Amino acid sequence: MIKSRVLRLALVGVAVSAMAACARPAEAPGPITDNGGTQPGNNTTYPDRPVTGGEMGAARPGSAEEFANTIGDRVYFDLDSYSIRPEAYPRLNQQAAWLRQYPAVTIRIEGNADERGTAEYNLALGARRAEAVRAYLVQQGVAASRIDTISFGKERPIAQGSNEESWARNRNAHTAIVSGAVR
Amino acid sequence: MGFKRRMQSATGIGATLGLGLALAMGAPQVALAQEPAPLQEVIVSEGVLRPLPIAVVGFTGQYGNDISGVIRGNLRRSGFFDPLNPASFIETGLSLANQPTFPQWTSIGAEVVLYGSVTPRPDGRNDVGFRLYDTYRECQLVSYQFTATPEQWRRIAHKISDVVYQRMTGESGFFDTRVIYVAESGTQLNRLSRLAIVDQDGYNPVFLTQGDEVIMSPRFSTSNPDEVTYVALGQDYSRIYLKNLSTGRTESLGEFDGQVLAPRYSNDGSKVAFSIIRGGNTDVYTMDLRSRELRRLTSDPGIDTSPSFSPDNRRLVFTSDRSGSARLYVMNADGSGQRPISRGGGSYTAPSWSPRGDLIAFTKQQGGQFHIGVMGTDGTGERILSSSYFEEGPSWAPNGRYIMFARQTRGGDTRLWTVDLSGRVIAQAGYDGRGSSPAWSPLLDAPPANLGYGQAPDSCPS
Repeated sequence: MIKSRVLRLALVGVAVSAMAACARPAEAPGPITDNGGTQPGNNTTYPDRPVTGGEMGAARPGSAEEFANTIGDRVYFDLDSYSIRPEAYPRLNQQAAWLRQYPAVTIRIEGNADERGTAEYNLALGARRAEAVRAYLVQQGVAASRIDTISFGKERPIAQGSNEESWARNRNAHTAIVSGAVR
Repeated sequence: MGFKRRMQSATGIGATLGLGLALAMGAPQVALAQEPAPLQEVIVSEGVLRPLPIAVVGFTGQYGNDISGVIRGNLRRSGFFDPLNPASFIETGLSLANQPTFPQWTSIGAEVVLYGSVTPRPDGRNDVGFRLYDTYRECQLVSYQFTATPEQWRRIAHKISDVVYQRMTGESGFFDTRVIYVAESGTQLNRLSRLAIVDQDGYNPVFLTQGDEVIMSPRFSTSNPDEVTYVALGQDYSRIYLKNLSTGRTESLGEFDGQVLAPRYSNDGSKVAFSIIRGGNTDVYTMDLRSRELRRLTSDPGIDTSPSFSPDNRRLVFTSDRSGSARLYVMNADGSGQRPISRGGGSYTAPSWSPRGDLIAFTKQQGGQFHIGVMGTDGTGERILSSSYFEEGPSWAPNGRYIMFARQTRGGDTRLWTVDLSGRVIAQAGYDGRGSSPAWSPLLDAPPANLGYGQAPDSCPS
């Protein structure tokens, strides 16, 4: 996210200097297009691995920002499924390790579903996803008393649009830091 | 329920009152023609049925024309009436003291004519009297008078609409009702949801919550249209509220060990059925509102939710994925006798037991689309009434003839729609703002018991 914001700022900078250098108004710069597919709002990619980059500024160790940005606070699920995908385990292992390292932190795991289901059923489905993540973190040594769960069903989507990519992003479990993190 | 009926194909002179109407409503009689006319098979769901041409004359007196306008809108939306354009009316000056001049109405195609007047009373209220005539048989179908404060003219218009609907169809009306729903605003990613209530025709919307919580699953108590229940979902809690619309008093059903969802009143208002999620497992419970006794009805590891009471409160229908995919199940009110009823492929969710008791409406996901349908309480006779990219959450009108639901266009907004039991009359609901999870109220009060049938010398023979 932060990386792409930097990218966008850089592009704006290019556009401004291009206009400044431009002698004739008729040759105003055309629309800015990115070729990286990494802008916010483009749903074709999303971070499955930790986002790293020197430009993002180091988050304080033990902070919610560090947790979200260097480990990743969401894992994604298949359609109508609450099985943890194989590729989600490394992230959940890192979440568990971080939580073991900062034992004062309490979390809330929020289960989410895509829009292709009825509201109440999706609440129940989201709860299964949250529970799957909770159970795994407990298995990895995080005290159950530190973990709360809630399902938002399809009520709190993170990706806009009605397509496979946005549905895939909206089927997730979000590990939210509740308290105890470094500010 | 058969929707394939014989009906007369002829129009004009000789057509009898209620042609089509009585038939579509499932009344047993066949239209009586004056002279033999060819009969043909008509399948109502294919949209061949002809709505009844009715002349609704502008009532005289305060709000008279407004009242008539509301009645026309109600009757038109029902699909069973074709209110004629008042500009085509020949007879003017019709008053409650007179019969219509029948040929002047039959000549413009009106098979029934409704007229009335609003008369002020010494106590400041208005008497709203009306007469409904059969123009071909030349007899009076009904006459009645409501009394109310002038500001209640919309309520009166809905109650008159119900009288006309009931007289012409033989079924109870549904216009004097309200709809509670979740009003939506904002963007897809930052959606504001508020509990809201509106007259069934879309007027007088009122917001009941501020938008700081996600509102889900509002429902009326069918025994008291002032009582509603709903779910409020906050950042770290979910709560079932019971709210009295008259007093504004709002109370939590209770604090439970787990997330709560899907509350429904029993039809006598004594219990609420709902679900609790514990350890990722969702089960159905009931709570007695007097004793606050909690009873667990399901205990399998599958999702069990969206309970709905039968009219006699002895059974509930709910959705469960215990068999692998979501299907509808029926059980007794104590949780015994759980058995699947839905038979088809696809997934079945959000069931709602008809107020007549004979049908269960549901949402079905199959073939990349969502459908609203009905089936018998034993799962037989499944019929799909409406299909689209996404629709869910059927709620019955109190007469069991119409179903309201939420429909979302692909990538677009969600709005309220209605469909009738034939699947023929499908339209956006009177309220055309953004909203989801509609629930229809019972009739706001009892309809008049004595409609003056057969009392006047010119009453139609019953």
